[in-house]
Amino acid sequence: MINVENLTKTYGQARGINDISFNVAKGEIIGFLGPNGAGKTTTMRILTCFMPATSGKASVAGYDVFEDSLNVRRKIGYLPESVPLYTDMQVPVYLKFVAGLKGLPRKQINSRVGEMMEKVGLTHMAHKFVGELSKGYRQRVGLAQALINDPEVLILDEPTIGLDPRQIIEIRSLIRGLGGERTIILSSHILPEVSMLCERIIIIDEGRIKAMDTPDNLMSQLHSVARVQAKIAGPKDLVLEGLKKIGGVHSVDFKGSAASGTNSYTVEFVDGFDGAHLIPRLASEQKWDLYELTPAKMSLEDIFIKIVTDEEVHV
Amino acid sequence: MRNFWCLFVKEFRSYFNSPIAFVVITIFTVLSGYYFYNIFAGFSTLSFQAQTNPMLVKQYGALNVTESVIRPLIGTLSGVMLILLPMLTMRSFSEEKKTGTIELLLTYPVTDMEAIMGKFAGCMGIFAIMLALTFPSIILVEVFGDPEWGVIIAGYAGLFLMGAAFISLGIFMSTLTENQVVAAVLTFSCLLVFYIISYSAGLAGETIGRVLEYLSFNYHIRTFVKGVIDSSDLSYYLLFIIFFVFLSNRSLESKRWRG
Repeated sequence: MINVENLTKTYGQARGINDISFNVAKGEIIGFLGPNGAGKTTTMRILTCFMPATSGKASVAGYDVFEDSLNVRRKIGYLPESVPLYTDMQVPVYLKFVAGLKGLPRKQINSRVGEMMEKVGLTHMAHKFVGELSKGYRQRVGLAQALINDPEVLILDEPTIGLDPRQIIEIRSLIRGLGGERTIILSSHILPEVSMLCERIIIIDEGRIKAMDTPDNLMSQLHSVARVQAKIAGPKDLVLEGLKKIGGVHSVDFKGSAASGTNSYTVEFVDGFDGAHLIPRLASEQKWDLYELTPAKMSLEDIFIKIVTDEEVHV
Repeated sequence: MRNFWCLFVKEFRSYFNSPIAFVVITIFTVLSGYYFYNIFAGFSTLSFQAQTNPMLVKQYGALNVTESVIRPLIGTLSGVMLILLPMLTMRSFSEEKKTGTIELLLTYPVTDMEAIMGKFAGCMGIFAIMLALTFPSIILVEVFGDPEWGVIIAGYAGLFLMGAAFISLGIFMSTLTENQVVAAVLTFSCLLVFYIISYSAGLAGETIGRVLEYLSFNYHIRTFVKGVIDSSDLSYYLLFIIFFVFLSNRSLESKRWRG
């Protein structure tokens, strides 16, 4: 559905994005993940034909974004990050205007606008001007305008930014409900959100693709390194030394001590080896009291940081 | 065509959703009414005096209501337009750029030309209302005098074309900047240059003088207020409009390859 090949965009000297390539199949939901200024918005702007690429090719639904821009624009629904709407229009008037521009048949416009407003929960805001709405409601109007022509491809730039937790949940479930038939690209820097909504994640940093896989694969890729947190009461130096001597331990970190006299340690094993069972054995041999032993999972957060910073992460 | 219509309706309505349309239309009618009152009242005083003092008629030439009221009125209307129309056009693309709405507008399946023409027509709609509201003055002249309707119709046609030319230039300027004040100042100064460019025609050589004269707005409105619709004046205004609509199109389009 979406093909991107070696896409590069430079702003004067600065690089926006650098040699990005990926494909999105029909019906797939993919997430762009990356810190601010990584190039997520730039990529989306190129895909929506708002901005040209410096080099490389991109096509949406079989149409080239540069050569066949009008056809591409007929196929997409776009929600820019800042949700720029005409504030001086009433909500239904605005949506009717967009529906007209997107070429909906005249007879369907009224019913479609009503349907959309109900879907995103705007029915009770029908008499208000867009400028009077709060951020959450504006976001809904933004979604409604993107969805009004039932587009095959949805491009959503940070769809949940600036919303309160309840609204975030609502918008997320709305987006999840849209998947299936539609191809969706969304960007975010909230990791759980992406892993929850998307079938595939593209991690972008400094204009380059750093990783591209399903959330599960990304997690398991880094899961080969097993780590545990242990809470042990015993002389700190001895414990540290003892833990380090266990076969297969890669590193041990002292994490701090609690008032009860216990100390916390993080133990990381070498690749492909999980030796968590060796810790209780050691503790009973040495007559230390073991209070807690928890596997420290690598969260998506860690993976993300690991990928974008390219250095060891300590949890 | 449908896109154009949607954009036109939206533009036209949005002028009324903010105070702009009301302010501009009101000021235009008040100023033109004030001018009209002075011209018309002056003319009627003169007519009364001429009854007792026939020499006055010789001094002023023919005491003709078309010549002495309609023609100066149309001249002043063009001056007021020069000041007020940049206030209408300054927001058209500048505001969209500033608020970012242009990002959505240009990612809808709308051609740049449709977007420009929609804005152009929206502005023309407001301008048409402005002109129509000066019409009661003409009716007053018709009630109390006997103006020549040919001159009135040609004069208003000339004003309409001139306003369209002002608007096309104003829209072009607003595609260049996201600052509305800059757009208005640029529009006003360019229009002023075209307005007064013929002043130096007398000082320049014959050929250049004629070119300068031909470029001037005033030179071309002159034949309209004589009741003549000359194809050379028509083509001047039409070319002016087409030229600036074309430039606006290029300016918007350049965003797509310049980024």
